Amino acid sequence: MSLSTLTKPWEAMNYGFLDASAKRELRRKMLKAVAVPGCQMPYASREVPMARGWGTGGLQVSLTLINPQTRVKVIDQGADDSVNAASIRRFLARVSGAPTTMDTLEADLIQSRHRVPEEIMREDQVLVLQVPNPEPLRPVQPNMSIARQMHADADYGRMWLQLYEQILRSGRVMQGASYPSLVNGRHVMTPSPIPRWDVPKLNMAKHLTILSAGREKRIHAVPPFTRVEPLVFDDVPYRVEDHGGLTCIRSGATGFFMNEIPQEDGTSAYEISDSEFGVKTIRAAEGEDIRFGDTWYKDGEMPQ
Amino acid sequence: MTRVLDIQGLTKGFTMHHLGNRLAAFDNISFSLEAGEFLLLKGTNGAGKSTLLRTIYRSYLPQSGKVLFQSDQGEIDLARAADIDITHLRRTEIGFVTQFLTARPRVSAEALVAEPLRMAGQSAEDALQEARRWLAAFGVKPDLWRAYPTTFSGGEQQKVNLARALILPQKLLLLDEPTASLDATARAALVARLAELKASGTAMIGVFHHPDDVAHLIDRVIDLTPDAPKPEEREDVAV
Amino acid sequence: MTLQLDAPRLVKTRPLVTVRNVSKCYGDVVALNDVSASVYPGEVLGIVGESGSGKSTLLRMMNLEETPDRGSYTLDLPDVQGNLFDLDRFARRMLCATKIGIVYQNPHLGLLMKHSSSGNVAERLLVAGERSFATLRQKAKVALEASEFPLERLDAPPIELSGGMQQRVQLAKAIALEPALLLLDEPTTGLDVSVQAMVLDTLKHLQQERAITMVIVSHDLGVIRTMADRVMVMRRGEVVEQGLADQTFQDPQHAYTQQLVHAKL
Repeated sequence: MSLSTLTKPWEAMNYGFLDASAKRELRRKMLKAVAVPGCQMPYASREVPMARGWGTGGLQVSLTLINPQTRVKVIDQGADDSVNAASIRRFLARVSGAPTTMDTLEADLIQSRHRVPEEIMREDQVLVLQVPNPEPLRPVQPNMSIARQMHADADYGRMWLQLYEQILRSGRVMQGASYPSLVNGRHVMTPSPIPRWDVPKLNMAKHLTILSAGREKRIHAVPPFTRVEPLVFDDVPYRVEDHGGLTCIRSGATGFFMNEIPQEDGTSAYEISDSEFGVKTIRAAEGEDIRFGDTWYKDGEMPQ
Repeated sequence: MTRVLDIQGLTKGFTMHHLGNRLAAFDNISFSLEAGEFLLLKGTNGAGKSTLLRTIYRSYLPQSGKVLFQSDQGEIDLARAADIDITHLRRTEIGFVTQFLTARPRVSAEALVAEPLRMAGQSAEDALQEARRWLAAFGVKPDLWRAYPTTFSGGEQQKVNLARALILPQKLLLLDEPTASLDATARAALVARLAELKASGTAMIGVFHHPDDVAHLIDRVIDLTPDAPKPEEREDVAV
Repeated sequence: MTLQLDAPRLVKTRPLVTVRNVSKCYGDVVALNDVSASVYPGEVLGIVGESGSGKSTLLRMMNLEETPDRGSYTLDLPDVQGNLFDLDRFARRMLCATKIGIVYQNPHLGLLMKHSSSGNVAERLLVAGERSFATLRQKAKVALEASEFPLERLDAPPIELSGGMQQRVQLAKAIALEPALLLLDEPTTGLDVSVQAMVLDTLKHLQQERAITMVIVSHDLGVIRTMADRVMVMRRGEVVEQGLADQTFQDPQHAYTQQLVHAKL
């Protein structure tokens, strides 16, 4: 027996880039986050070869969860082919040997910036959302120590007051993205800056959602089959973006969340935000045999 | 007859801390009062007539002695009773009539007068009816009934005040020169009301500058002038 | 020197507020030394004293913002038990929100200056769990109306309002949930005399309409005289004298109270 038989051969870096202790910490914090849905868990966010604010939180979670069999999909505002999404996807594949995909149905792990795919996710899939600011109370309470106490006390009066003020001033709730939502009837979380369109998808979803903020060093989670209720007044219903009737100019898909493309004549054209869904629609129209998953929204409406 | 008040060795003086001295008001006063009795306090200026009334009412704290009052709930020493008991008695059994009205913001004259009845449990409408009757009796013009007495002249305020103070028959009534500067109508109404209350058993202690108005009501006189003869027992005396 | 009075015999109701033997030191400074007080339902207790006498500290304790070194505090309400100083933060917050209202001298302490006035009032209702926008607005309106706030300025932020109006918003917020106890900390200090009179007028009116139990702290004897049924005079963290308001002002016993009363213009 010699030292070399007891140790692994030297490698340029650890499997999945992060060292074992970093992954262990992340696993523990993810478990905690799952155990207390919506509650922010602090963690020691490590350095990754990417600037803070570009998805380092999501990346660390993905690196921890990944194994050589995990099929990875990465989207940025719905698109698989943006520079940021492509870079992260390639990085994940390179450090773990994991296969990649663009199809929501094929993915095991989806790291996303600010969107939830249009096709319904399954029990065996994990959604990792990148979070710039995990604290929903920050606009009403700049002191984070007090904000933590407020979470502990479920003291969300100020949060509601903010909505009251918005309705008063503008006649409706102006919060576009990061709509504060009550998780499991207890903690208010920010669902990361996903559009209002996507928030109902998290409610009683089959998949696990992990939300991670690398710069702010916080993780929170929405476990499968957990209530996620946007904060709304009883008599002012929650409204998603008015995209139900819009048609994508490139794929012809209708009834999904769209990106607005301003035209030179002052009008707007619309393009489906979930780019791979658009691609699948085009390929199906061209006669290819494409398998579509069930979608959360049908004809622009979310059932129930 | 039923005893209402029994005052034993009541002494009041004022300690003036900044002058470092004590000012005696009256010393070792004792007398008692039966239901329906009218007692006149007389004495020279500064003899302590008003002070005695206020001491009984507990606006002044006596230094020693007892003021035993037969309340509906039993005997209580007003000199030592808890503040909250005094507040309660002032609302229910002991009245104090002065010339001055404590008008309250945005409470109409009739509501102000009706208040003692309402607090005693009468319906709002009945109380208001009765209040209007008394305002009329004291000569307050009907167009003033619903106005706020804060804006009234001194004389009108005084009438409202009397109506309020006398509307509810009480066990003990302390009168501190209520007739001063009253016009003839109001004075007549006051005297009539006092006679009525007396007949119904209210015991009264009064200080009057001109006791002639109430002369026929007076049962007894106590002279508080220092070195005056001790309170004399006189039946049916007119002064 | 003050005559020891008997315990209440005729009045059988228990005090709503009972503070017993409260002491508090900040370092070497004695803020409160063995202070006891009780307030009966519907009664207005006035606390006078110069700055540093401990009157505001006592009021803040009644609002559970501070905990004394020693002493107890009870409220005689159906669902409130035990020494309130022993409550945890959560229970304190809920109790303060639903049972106690407070108006501070400085509106910045009680209001969000840049939110709407109606929103400031609505916050109390939101804490209590009201979730209908229309109801919130209606109830905020009712509370603001009761504190005689001009309804055309319903949604103006307090920062744009005059001092007197800001106090009315605070008052509306304080009474929105119909608290059992209303605490007033120098509610009119710093206002113009005429505005002060109008605010006091509103308070007095409200007290008579709703028979709210109040504790009012002021260094201004005029304010206390107008408002209080009973007065407590404090000096250097101790109660030097207490009694019926008319008695305390007409026949002050303690040298300090006499000085205060005589110093009044």
